[in-house]
Amino acid sequence: MAYEAVIGLECHIQLATRTKMFCGCPVEFGAPANSNVCPVCLGLPGALPFPNRAGVDAALKLGLALGCRIAPESEFARKHYFYPDMPKNYQITQYDRPLCEGGALTVRVSERDREFALIRIHLEEDTGKSFHPEKHGDRRISRVDFNRAGVPLLELVTRPEFHDGLECGAFLTALRRLVRWIGISDGDMEKGHLRCDANVSLRPVGSEKLGVKTEIKNLNSIRGVERAIAAEIARQGARLDAGERIEQATLLYDADGDRLAVMRSKEHAHDYRYFPEPDLPRVEVGADWIDRARAALPELPWARAARWAREYSLPAYDAGVLCEQRDLADYFEACARGGDAKLASNWIMTEMLRVMREREWSVADWSSRVPPARLAAFLARVAARELPGPLAKQVFGWMADEAGDVAGLLERHGVKVQSSAGDLLPLVRAVLAEHPGPVSQYRAGKSATLGFLVGQVMKKSGGQAVPQVVQELVRSELAGSDVSGSAPA
Amino acid sequence: MSISREDLERIAELARLEIPAERAESLGRELSAVLTFAEALRRLDLAGLEPSVFAPAGAPMREDEPDGRQLDPARATAAAPESEDGYFIVPPIVDVLEP
Amino acid sequence: MSAAGLWRLSAAQLAERVRSGEATAAAASESGWEEAARVWERDVHAVVHEGREARATAAAAAPRSGPMAGVPVLVKDNLCTLDYPTTCGSRILAHYRPPYDATVIARLRAAGGVVAGKGNMDEFAMGSSTEYSAYGPTRNPFDLERVPGGSSGGPAAAVAYGLCPLALGSDTGGSVRQPAAFCGVYGLKPTYGRLSRYGLVAFGSSLDQVGLFARHAGDLAMLYAVLAGHDPWDATTRPGPPPDVSSWDAGVEGLRFGWPANLWREGVEPEIVEALEGAAEDLERAGARRVAFDFLPGEYAVATYYLVATAEASSNLARFDGVRYGYRDPAAADVRSLYVRTRSAGFGPEVQRRILLGTYALSAGFYDAYYLTAQRARTRIRHEYAQAFGKCDFLLMPATPTLPFKLGEKTSDPLAMYLSDVFTIGANLAGIPGLSVPRPLSRAGLPRAAQLLGPEDSEGVLLRAGRALEVRGDRSRMSRAHHQEFAWPTRR
Repeated sequence: MAYEAVIGLECHIQLATRTKMFCGCPVEFGAPANSNVCPVCLGLPGALPFPNRAGVDAALKLGLALGCRIAPESEFARKHYFYPDMPKNYQITQYDRPLCEGGALTVRVSERDREFALIRIHLEEDTGKSFHPEKHGDRRISRVDFNRAGVPLLELVTRPEFHDGLECGAFLTALRRLVRWIGISDGDMEKGHLRCDANVSLRPVGSEKLGVKTEIKNLNSIRGVERAIAAEIARQGARLDAGERIEQATLLYDADGDRLAVMRSKEHAHDYRYFPEPDLPRVEVGADWIDRARAALPELPWARAARWAREYSLPAYDAGVLCEQRDLADYFEACARGGDAKLASNWIMTEMLRVMREREWSVADWSSRVPPARLAAFLARVAARELPGPLAKQVFGWMADEAGDVAGLLERHGVKVQSSAGDLLPLVRAVLAEHPGPVSQYRAGKSATLGFLVGQVMKKSGGQAVPQVVQELVRSELAGSDVSGSAPA
Repeated sequence: MSISREDLERIAELARLEIPAERAESLGRELSAVLTFAEALRRLDLAGLEPSVFAPAGAPMREDEPDGRQLDPARATAAAPESEDGYFIVPPIVDVLEP
Repeated sequence: MSAAGLWRLSAAQLAERVRSGEATAAAASESGWEEAARVWERDVHAVVHEGREARATAAAAAPRSGPMAGVPVLVKDNLCTLDYPTTCGSRILAHYRPPYDATVIARLRAAGGVVAGKGNMDEFAMGSSTEYSAYGPTRNPFDLERVPGGSSGGPAAAVAYGLCPLALGSDTGGSVRQPAAFCGVYGLKPTYGRLSRYGLVAFGSSLDQVGLFARHAGDLAMLYAVLAGHDPWDATTRPGPPPDVSSWDAGVEGLRFGWPANLWREGVEPEIVEALEGAAEDLERAGARRVAFDFLPGEYAVATYYLVATAEASSNLARFDGVRYGYRDPAAADVRSLYVRTRSAGFGPEVQRRILLGTYALSAGFYDAYYLTAQRARTRIRHEYAQAFGKCDFLLMPATPTLPFKLGEKTSDPLAMYLSDVFTIGANLAGIPGLSVPRPLSRAGLPRAAQLLGPEDSEGVLLRAGRALEVRGDRSRMSRAHHQEFAWPTRR
């Protein structure tokens, strides 16, 4: 029996605001336990929430970037459940009236562009952190830290339009890139700043009716998402094939063992007893706020890639790599303007990213040493064929560590570029004289030996000859001299 | 309106309260009496009325700045029944999520 | 003037003495303790936490030139204070010391006020008699066999017997106005959103307001002006300046008061009706005009109130779980039993009853029929009040259906206790201000009161009417220079 998987995702994005959503405590990674807390986020008796406009602003930016409908009036609600990391044993979230509805994210999957629709995006507060049980003398205890309690989260719910783990992985990758691009979150899954739950069900191909769904929680890496979903699809498929029913369950994915474990869950169905938060007014978002948020959005990655295709004829692959991060895209654009965009793209994609990887540099680290103008000047020399390939790579490496323009660097390293016929002709003629065999082979029709001869000239020049010029000279010499190979006077 | 025994148990679990067996019946009756009384609302004409909202609309939100109310770990955990090294200590949490 | 007798002065007079240097803040705040409390406190038990040293420290820190310089104020034990525990009348918060002052407390201190101690209350403000306190009941100074009302019974009784001239309470369904009526003092519930709730332990978030007790109308005006106003830390407070109450002695000439007599045709004790009619006559004597019309009966309000209040309470009390503060059951071996054992042992039966009711009203399948319906009924009730205020400037009605009842009389029938709130809950449901005004004692010497209700932000009008009633409508005695004597309770 062939099954089709129907998958929906619920993603939580931790916002990079300075302070929490309902109080002024700093949002900080790695602070000592319970050092960024106050009566509000500790849920002390008598404390009240005070909403942070930066949280709403971030939600607006994401909603606008994804083409959502923004609600002019949205409402906070209380969602009740008991857990040690919940300071009030209710979470302030949005229920009936979320900030954003609809929208979609276009994602490249298996070399096609696919659009995945969203249901909604809303604002809520994060919980504290509770830790697994540990031994403590003769008993076992758990620790709780409320530094994270109250940090703003955006919850993004997709339509159940995914069919496998790869699509989900691609979606998350695109979402991560987007939240970083618009500057609302660093999307770091390892730090838990981007989390994902997946709802998975199977149905026979062609069937309209949805199967029973299970929920996989707390996936914290792209690979984890892909693998966990694949594992769950396989598990459900096997059960259905064996004639067994799927039970509604919540599952945790163990990345190390690549297995799913059923979490213990309460018998009673979830009754969160939502009601509108009486301590907070409705969130009013007028046209002027929306306009300001929209104006503050940078050119989005897909729009940029499309523009590059039009303005620079840049291939989709290049745009994909360069639009990985906004600062990289900005850097590329600054270099490409007024020059050869494809050349810039090649050098950035290969050499620059390589150096950055080797040295664990960010784009900012690179750019502080090689600002766009400097790279552009270098590229201009390359385009004018003034820097042969291997030498160009060397100079590129020098630029990362030393100041100075190309001429200055060459001089400092005692390198001279040989690009004129006057410099190179003696070398060419010397090589042709030294290798009569290959010369005859070439003249006999084996054109491949040209490469060998050019290579020999390059070697003789210590890599300082411009290869295109060498090639032209070798060709013309081979064409022009007589069978005896003697040099012209 | 009468509360059934099952409803009472379900509600008590949601509220994390234990109802001693000897209290269950009288408590059920007390709650039922109040709920029956609340049925009076059915007689009111509520057509077209929205639920009341009291928090003033359009109130300005907070700027994204610290507001001076932060506590240090010692003060934050000062009232805790059990704490250590700035953490709150609770019985072991086995992965039971949600209600 | 010697320190003796300072406790009998009004707050305004006392502050004046301290500002002029005639009395010290220390003497002003100790006077009630040294004299009145010695006579009354052991039997009345209005106070749950106090300390001579704490008072002395607070008195020393009080600004000598503030509007409330040196005035001692008893604070209901559900308002967070740095210098005393805050236990809300509950075991679950026994010994709890919050790390912050409520906003109203901070404003009180900045104006020169001295926190005199914490007042006894029904647990988590749920009750109408202060019999549900985990720390023992408070008794009515006018008759020690009777209740002082609730849930702010402690603060009301303390002002009545003279521990201090002012007290702070909280009013969610009448918990300031009803004890004020039972104890023969003034009790004001402000417009919702005019006093900050930051630091008031929440019961019914959309109903709660900090309320004020005093022996004189002018003292309420002084305290209101110090405390009222927008607080950024409470997003439900109204922006902009609060109503101006400085003309509280301007009289009621030309004002109209509504007279919804259908409300007390049945079910209200005759001596209360008598007191009400006396109040109407006083107001007319002072130049106000009576406008008679029928008003929506209170049974709808009671039903609406008990669904909304308990729902919000069940939510607000979820945080009491033994994790971060308060009582924790020592035998809990896992998280679930931590919650269940702590909460079942820590909350009293009335609180548990209301949590269960509220949880039910919010639960899946019942939310629409109960909570949502109640919130819509509330809108209807607001409209009814708005319509009434189209015909008058304020309403006159009873504060309570009965005279103060005896301890134990209503504790076996929760519904009966709830129904005694019938005249006060309307103001909380509509978010409007209400003032309980003492009238002459009953034949048996028990306090009686009339209640005034006005539209949003009409505190100024209510206090003017309260002052007019204080002088029995005699316009020659209306001005603030003319102080009224207070009908002190006498020891029997």
